[in-house]
Amino acid sequence: MTPEDGRTVVAEAPASASRSKLKLIDCDVHHALRSSKDLLPYMASRWHAHLKEFGRRRPVPFTAASPYPKTAPALSRTDSWPPNGGPPGSDLAFMQEQLLDPYNIEYAMLHLLMSGMDERNQDLGNATCSAINDWQYEHWTQKDKRLKAAIVVPGEDPPAAVREIERWAGNPDFAQVSLVTHAIEPLGRRRYWPIYEAAAALGLPIGLHSSGNNGHAVTSAGWCSYYVEEQHNVALSQQNLAISLVCEGVFERFPALKAVIIEAGFVWVPSVAWRLDQHWGRMRGEVPHLSKKPSEYFRQNIWYTSQPSDEPEKPEYLRQSLDWLGWDRLLFATDYPHWDMDNPEQALKFRMSEAEQRRVFAENARAVYGLA
Amino acid sequence: MNMALPGGIDCDVHPALPGMQALLPYLDAYWQEQVTVRGIDGLDLASFPLQMEAHGRRDWREPGGKPGTSLERLQRDALDGFGSRLAICNPLYGVLAIYNEHFAAAVARAMNDWITAEWLDREPRLRASITVAAQNAEHAVDEIERRAGDARFVQVLLLAQDEAPLGNRRYWPIYAAAERHGLSIGVHAGSTFRHATTSNGWPSYHLEDYAAHSQAFQSNLLSLVHEGVFNKFPALKFVLIESGFTWLPAFMWRANKTWRGVRAEVPWVDRAPGELIRDHVRFTLQPTDSPPTGEDMERLLEQIGSDDMLLFSTDYPHWQFDGQNVWPAGFSDALKRRVLVDNPRNAYPRLKEALQ
Repeated sequence: MTPEDGRTVVAEAPASASRSKLKLIDCDVHHALRSSKDLLPYMASRWHAHLKEFGRRRPVPFTAASPYPKTAPALSRTDSWPPNGGPPGSDLAFMQEQLLDPYNIEYAMLHLLMSGMDERNQDLGNATCSAINDWQYEHWTQKDKRLKAAIVVPGEDPPAAVREIERWAGNPDFAQVSLVTHAIEPLGRRRYWPIYEAAAALGLPIGLHSSGNNGHAVTSAGWCSYYVEEQHNVALSQQNLAISLVCEGVFERFPALKAVIIEAGFVWVPSVAWRLDQHWGRMRGEVPHLSKKPSEYFRQNIWYTSQPSDEPEKPEYLRQSLDWLGWDRLLFATDYPHWDMDNPEQALKFRMSEAEQRRVFAENARAVYGLA
Repeated sequence: MNMALPGGIDCDVHPALPGMQALLPYLDAYWQEQVTVRGIDGLDLASFPLQMEAHGRRDWREPGGKPGTSLERLQRDALDGFGSRLAICNPLYGVLAIYNEHFAAAVARAMNDWITAEWLDREPRLRASITVAAQNAEHAVDEIERRAGDARFVQVLLLAQDEAPLGNRRYWPIYAAAERHGLSIGVHAGSTFRHATTSNGWPSYHLEDYAAHSQAFQSNLLSLVHEGVFNKFPALKFVLIESGFTWLPAFMWRANKTWRGVRAEVPWVDRAPGELIRDHVRFTLQPTDSPPTGEDMERLLEQIGSDDMLLFSTDYPHWQFDGQNVWPAGFSDALKRRVLVDNPRNAYPRLKEALQ
């Protein structure tokens, strides 16, 4: 066994005729700071001193390493390190060359994975989120109009989160609001509702990309041992998140709210909805605030990005999954530059009509995010 | 017809302990005194509040009574009601959640004496799971050894949400003892509340908590696969009880794909997770989280890719279906027969003799 066994090898397949003509909307792309110093120009000098002396504070055991070491440095494809140095995703020109241009990407939804949203020191968290948004605007969305950022907010401080959302209200460079999915409480709990209220009022979806550390056991069966488990468990955790949003009545209270569950795949959705419907039949008296079957909220208020796209024994099973899910629910995503990214030419390996491809690869996302 | 075909093996019924009082005859003098003087009672698992109809079907409970406490009701409603040849008792008293491991071991032992004397000895169609104190594998192994001579005990019962995912090596002595004696490992829904019941924190509603159990079962399967339990104990079968199973295809696809990408981390896992799961893991029928139509279920069963994995269960006295409609739409008669008899017989080595 060698580390090479853990790498995804993306073969250079001839571009399939129909997909290569498509304009794509990629709903999960990771830009990155070249260095943590990139944010300092957007933070008060008080924080410069603080970060120098105390650093950041999150409920994880190691100062710099991931609790579950990933399969590749920076979680990324080995060929995604920009030639001019800096980590994968940190160089716009290289991202254009490697992703945006060759795959004909019309829009890319950016998700920055770094602490800030789950920083325990709340003032630092708030300052970091604001700085991230300023930095995204100046260095990314203003430099390439294909890029759309998420308004990054500190979920545990809803008043500050709402202020941050309102600071960017109406700015077309920001297509959604993002907070960590591993929050201190399940995200359906009412403490987070002011964020949903603000997002719904502005017509901004909530983008829920697997992220964050909350101190809870990383699975609902306790702490696992391996990254091969954790990698899958983050998707299971997103299932629990969807259950929470639905059962707490978030979509009942904010019927216009759109939630996009990112990087959890989608084939799991039908069975979770069936299960909730089944048991809601026995326990509905406990949740009288739900006026509809749970599956209907899944069908009306939640969307799902495709990556990592599943590979069943028979590719046509994916068509069945989409029939159960609803063809308007799925948003294509590459997850560039991560090691397990989906190549649009090769992901979702089953035959789709051109109309179906247009929906999954672009039009569903255009509708959810209100893109031109 | 959704009626049960007679002669099946019901792999999940729940006799309930009326209360600690009922265990006193089976506790030693020290624990009798402790329980009495300190007024220790009410250790039913909080995952299954018995006042909820979902956990005690209205037509299966005595008015005001604790569901599952009457042998006569269980004989009439579950055994005669579904024409079952055998039924496996899974008592859910909260032994696994007790913090004092010595007390847990004493209660486990008393539970097994109680179920032997008051259920198994009085009804030959009953089989049972061994209640253990998995807080410390030494206690659990002692108890397994104590019961191993009684062939009516067919599995060891654990919970889906315990201190650690069930592949963790702390549980391996239990698995070794079970394999040695031809016992299966039953993993039932329920939490010992050692950590939040979701990795996102504590849910607010029973509905959420119960629905979210399927993710805990999936985390346990990942743990059993990747810690190498199926390699280490090749003869051992795991039975997931009240887990649901319609999530299985989607889960296996994702587990297979992730393993293909990251298998260098777990070189001992030499087959795809889906293959290992099809060989080693079984699922009780109820609750079935059914898709909208019988045709959808047929497609789902095809995706599961094995007729060997489902075991007949009523989940008596929990309320998972109405009347006698224990069969979800979409099961052929041939599959029903496998689910009723063949699959349980193959999942529980100790049933083979009884079914000769």
